[in-house]
Amino acid sequence: MNHSLLMSILILSPFVGFLINGLRYKKNSYLGAGAIATTAVLLSFVSSILLVVDLIGMPVESRRIAVTFFEWIHVASLNVNASFVVDQISAIMILVITGVGSLIHLFSVGYMHHDKGVAKYFAYLNLFVFNMLLLVLGDNLLVMFVGWEGVGLCSYLLIGFWFTDEAKASAGMKAFVTNRIGDAAFLLGMFILFLTFGTLSFSELNALVPAAADTSWLGAITLGTLFLFVGATGKSAQIPLYIWLPDAMAGPTPVSALIHAATMVTAGVYMIVRLNPMFMMAPNTMMIIAIIGAATAVMAATIGMTQWDIKKVLAYSTVSQLGYMFLACGVGAFGAAMFHLMTHAFFKALMFLGSGSVIHAMHEEQDIRKMGALRKYLPITHFTFVLGWLAIIGIPPFAGFFSKDEILWMSFHSPLGHPALWAAGALGAALTAFYMTRLMCLTFWGKSRVPKETHPHESPATMTIPLVVLGILSVIGGWIGIPHVVGEVLGHVPNFWEEWLHPMIKEIPNLEHADAGLEWTLIAVSIGLATVSALVAYQVYVRRPGAASRVAEALGPVYKVVYNKYFVDEVYFAAIISPLVKGSRALWYYVDVNFIDKCTYWAADIAKGAGSLVRSLQNGNMQQYAMYIGIGLVVVLSILLMR
Amino acid sequence: MLLSAIVFLPLLFALIVAFWPKPTSLRHLALGLSLIEFFLSLSIFQRFDPSSASLQLVERHMWIERFGISYFMGVDGLSLWLVILTTFLMPIIILASWKSIDKRIKGFHICLFILQTAMLGTFLAIDAIFFYVFWELSLVPMYFIVGIWGGARRIYATVKFFIYTMAGSMLMLVAMIYMMYLTQEATGQMSSNLLDFYKLKIPFIGGQFFSLQTLLFFAFALAFSIKIPVFPLHTWLPDAHVEAPTPGSVVLAGVMLKMGTYGFLRWVIPLFPEAAEYWAWLFMLIGVIGIVYGALVAMVQPDVKKLVAYSSVSHMGYILLGLFSFNVFGLQGSLYQMLNHGVSTGALFILIGMIYERTHSREISKYGGLAAALPLFTIFFFIITLSSIAVPMTNGFVGEFLILLGTFKAMPVFAYVAVLGVVLGAVYMLWMFKRVFFGEPGPLVKDDHHPLHDLNFREIVVLVPLVIMVFWMGLFPNQFLDWSKASVEHLVQNRGAYNLTVYGASVAPIVPPPAAEPAPEAIPSTTEPVVEPGE
Repeated sequence: MNHSLLMSILILSPFVGFLINGLRYKKNSYLGAGAIATTAVLLSFVSSILLVVDLIGMPVESRRIAVTFFEWIHVASLNVNASFVVDQISAIMILVITGVGSLIHLFSVGYMHHDKGVAKYFAYLNLFVFNMLLLVLGDNLLVMFVGWEGVGLCSYLLIGFWFTDEAKASAGMKAFVTNRIGDAAFLLGMFILFLTFGTLSFSELNALVPAAADTSWLGAITLGTLFLFVGATGKSAQIPLYIWLPDAMAGPTPVSALIHAATMVTAGVYMIVRLNPMFMMAPNTMMIIAIIGAATAVMAATIGMTQWDIKKVLAYSTVSQLGYMFLACGVGAFGAAMFHLMTHAFFKALMFLGSGSVIHAMHEEQDIRKMGALRKYLPITHFTFVLGWLAIIGIPPFAGFFSKDEILWMSFHSPLGHPALWAAGALGAALTAFYMTRLMCLTFWGKSRVPKETHPHESPATMTIPLVVLGILSVIGGWIGIPHVVGEVLGHVPNFWEEWLHPMIKEIPNLEHADAGLEWTLIAVSIGLATVSALVAYQVYVRRPGAASRVAEALGPVYKVVYNKYFVDEVYFAAIISPLVKGSRALWYYVDVNFIDKCTYWAADIAKGAGSLVRSLQNGNMQQYAMYIGIGLVVVLSILLMR
Repeated sequence: MLLSAIVFLPLLFALIVAFWPKPTSLRHLALGLSLIEFFLSLSIFQRFDPSSASLQLVERHMWIERFGISYFMGVDGLSLWLVILTTFLMPIIILASWKSIDKRIKGFHICLFILQTAMLGTFLAIDAIFFYVFWELSLVPMYFIVGIWGGARRIYATVKFFIYTMAGSMLMLVAMIYMMYLTQEATGQMSSNLLDFYKLKIPFIGGQFFSLQTLLFFAFALAFSIKIPVFPLHTWLPDAHVEAPTPGSVVLAGVMLKMGTYGFLRWVIPLFPEAAEYWAWLFMLIGVIGIVYGALVAMVQPDVKKLVAYSSVSHMGYILLGLFSFNVFGLQGSLYQMLNHGVSTGALFILIGMIYERTHSREISKYGGLAAALPLFTIFFFIITLSSIAVPMTNGFVGEFLILLGTFKAMPVFAYVAVLGVVLGAVYMLWMFKRVFFGEPGPLVKDDHHPLHDLNFREIVVLVPLVIMVFWMGLFPNQFLDWSKASVEHLVQNRGAYNLTVYGASVAPIVPPPAAEPAPEAIPSTTEPVVEPGE
């Protein structure tokens, strides 16, 4: 089929869905709205499959489907087209977005059936998919930025979906504003790159960059990529801008699965992978990305260990896993970053939807202290959740094992890596196994703490089918990227993933040949750490309930600091937000009202005073006039005589 | 004749309205007339050649020969869109004031039409004195609109507004007269023709404030800066907006502020190139301060209308920044931002007027939960909010992006500060949006005895054109930018020695004055200073 037609269907079908549901926003038939929205995304999924099939059929060196719709902005040398590209990188993204997106739409039909604003909900969800597609398909930074801000907007709308709750509306605003800080940096990055290279197109930038290698801190490439990375920390919830993501859990749970786990939050990783030849030319930026990624991975995991809200645990887990993706980017393992992005999309979407199923069953209860032993009430949810759990803690042969292990190995092996980065990653992996097992124990296993009036029940088929599909993907999703050392043993299983992405990824310079023994050792260490850590968690939370709180007490202030998320929100509030508002009030009161205005009154008074002074001279009194003449004569004469 | 017709037709309309016998159909009449004017102004596009930077559709008659003052109008890429903006907003304003203006309806519409003539004349006049007449004329109807139909402190606000602007204009008039002398010195024939002004070489000494070009530059710049208004000359604006009736605010923000930015583009930058370049840092600094300061102060306003007024200060800061970047990105962005601001801030004032008609309050803290009560109103308000905070695919983004890009190219340090506005803009708008529309219903919203009604058909008709413009300009900016491209590029390339030619004429002929009357349409309106016999 015609590529531009397919591309139009791919992009516009969710938009049409948005318009239809948006115009009938007052209707509250969940089946109608859900059917329209799900069909719209399914249509996109079908067109992306057709496009990707075509792409696979093309010869490797010319694998690229580009469609230009119209010229968007053309001012002097800035010429930006609304053009979209499917290549090896965006192909993966569109399949994930529309595929996982379809499943989540389907899940939403069941999950949102009692909600009055269901048409509006599906409209927003479709609008999000539309913007996300713009983001990944755009062939230049500016079109990407359109989607980049667009997804932020949809995220705002969906987090604050139940807007009558003030806290939820605030969470939406927090997400948007935090993202905007990143976006402002993204803009600066674009300016630097455009004014240095004269283009915003990805392919041209990537081609031009090696010619302009200036690796100093203030070189255009380093500065530009650093600003773009700050943009990525906003969208992908990394230190220091991660604070919005946990609050974003105020939105409906399928939204958390789609936007805040599988797709939008990975946009930053995607952007860096898209521009990987450029980032490779900026070693300083790469170093910062790796450090921030590793730090975020560990920090978020520690917070995840202490939270009681099932969605908050998953949210911090997402922040942590995104940290791994950035760690991978930072050490030059862009393929591994994309790989983890995809497997994470599967297992994290699965677990978020699973948590949605749990919350649904528990009548909107999210506190895992009030759960336990849900395994018998929710067999399908439990089973699929187990698959996701095994995937995220990195047990072979589940999907997460392959992708995470690739990242850990590269952070050790790559010349851009460092044993400390590996150690942080391994520590994060151990913590991940702990908090995920803790979540499993408290939710599904152990003794029931469910209040008597709650009667948990398994969810309807529209909700369990997506769980099953994602469960399967969480098992087999990693098999397309089996590392060489493991592939050798299994009988020359090729690494399809690496082959597919190879033309788009810049090689790491000076990469030594891998030492198979070392790689096996590190694999064993990470599996061992995860297993031990999971077993400890099982011991603490199932076998000896109460042990955990004793440990927490023993840790005292440390536990408190971690439980309160290192007080980062509080610090931001005290250091930035509060002074800003107070300062602005002061500006208004002291500068505007009491200084500038007073000055104008003062000027007016002077004018008035001068006027009345002159007026008093002309009072029609003859004697005064005579006196003025007299004084004048005296003055003039005395001047003349003095000379 | 087309431009004369466009400028003076509203004056004729004012007369028709004045003598219209039936008060009941007065609004319909005014609406119809303003639509005629709008469609007439669209016919400029048919005759305008976008590939030329020259002055087009020129009309030129000697007015006062002794001083070389002429009736001289022309349009180019710099003024074209501002003319269309003016005529586009007028029917919307009339329809939006259908219910809110309930006393002295006739007088109100007369004022509006006179104001329209004054604004259009300001954008189209190419003669200093002629320009000045329109510039000052615009104050009079605005004075009455705020003073008669305004709020409680309207007299304070009008006087402040009037004196502020007047103070600046006086200096400008002195500078204009001085420049007329300069033309006499240079050519032997006094002229107030802008094209002759452009040819002057005014001596400039860098670093000396009391040198000729610098003084003239500041005389003009001050007048325009007050009108825009830039920090710290902005304090008349919040007061004027808060006291003005909705249509007054829309005209003020939508069009009148652009008279200031347009003045920079048409007068200051081309006339005083060296001084403008030398002092560019100062105006960029003022622009950046305006962006941040306006946004911060907007954030803490308790009154929605005042919030939007301060947001204007912030947005106008962007425009100033773009103007003084002196490159195509910045100038095109500024021109675009002038239109954007007219559309989005105009729409915001209209929306605020609509909710004020329902609740008679603009206090943010008394609202809350409006989204549940008035879903349609919320959707419109949200779309305009997006435009105001420059989300891509809306008009605001194109302007802001180009301005910031231009600024980054000219002086990166200002762009680094100006992007704060991108964040702060989202903060003050969304915080206001949250407090007004989200959360529990506030005292004004939950009053069960007086349930709020969502938008009616008339109100939707008012808003739809604005929303269409938001997306049209956001998605297809080239369709707008292409019309101003030639003029802006001409200005950028020849900034040091700017000249403007008349379209189609190799040597611009001065048409001998057959009669003193400028245009037949204007003859009946003897009340207007424009047509007072010059000689």
